[in-house]
Amino acid sequence: MTTMAATVQPVRKQVTINAPRAHVFNVFVDGYDRWWPREHHIGKAPPTKFIIEPRQGGRWYTTHEDGSETNTGYVLAWDPPKRLVLAWQLRADWSFDPELVTEVEITFTEREPGVTVVDLEHRDLEKFGAAADELRKGIDGEGGWGMILGRFAEEAARQ
Amino acid sequence: MSVGKLADGLPVSRPAVSQHLKVLLDAGLVSVRQEGTRRLYQVDPRGVEAMRDYLDRFWDRALAALKRAAETEHGA
Repeated sequence: MTTMAATVQPVRKQVTINAPRAHVFNVFVDGYDRWWPREHHIGKAPPTKFIIEPRQGGRWYTTHEDGSETNTGYVLAWDPPKRLVLAWQLRADWSFDPELVTEVEITFTEREPGVTVVDLEHRDLEKFGAAADELRKGIDGEGGWGMILGRFAEEAARQ
Repeated sequence: MSVGKLADGLPVSRPAVSQHLKVLLDAGLVSVRQEGTRRLYQVDPRGVEAMRDYLDRFWDRALAALKRAAETEHGA
C-alpha cells in the first residue's frame, strides 16, 4: 500500500486583466493556442496547435509537426464564463499518465465592468510523489534495487 | 549506496545500473553526492517539491501571457 507524503501546498496564483470576463474566458479556452507558452510541450517534434476542447471532458492536448499528438489532460469542470477545472496528467518526469489527475481550477471574477480577476489553483501535488513512492517501494522494499534492476538483467541478457 | 554496490551480485552490468540511475536522477527521484571517487545515490524526497517549484514559476509565466493576449485582443 502506497503511503503519500504529507499534503503538499497547492500552487495559487492570481492575475488581474483589463478586459471583460467573457472575453478573458474565451481567450483562455478558444484562444489557448494564442497565449500558451509555446516551448511548454512534451512532444518530440515542434508544436503546431495547442488545444483545449471547449466542453466537459474535452481533451487538453497538443498537435505536432510530425503529425503526432501529446496529451496534457482534459476538462474536469466546464462552467463558462466563471469557472474551468482542468486535469493535469503529466508526471514529474513529464510523461503522460492517464491514471494521474492533479486539478487546475481557474475562476474568472468580474471585479468591476471590464476588469477580470483570474484565480488559479493547482492542487493534489502530492500525487506527483505517488509515482515516486511506487519507485521508492521498489527501491527500499522487498527485493530492493534488485526488483528494478532485475528488469535490466533481462534486457541485458536479451542483447 | 554506490553504483558498484547496487550492481554487485546482480546479473546486470554497471553501465546499465548507471544508465537507470541517470533516468531517476533526471526525474528528480534520486539525488547523488560525490564521496572520493564514488558517487552515492539515494531516493530524493524533494522530487515533489521540485515539481511544485517548477509549477509555481510556470503558472506565473502562463498567466502573464494570458493577460497580455486578453488585453491586446481587447484593445486595452
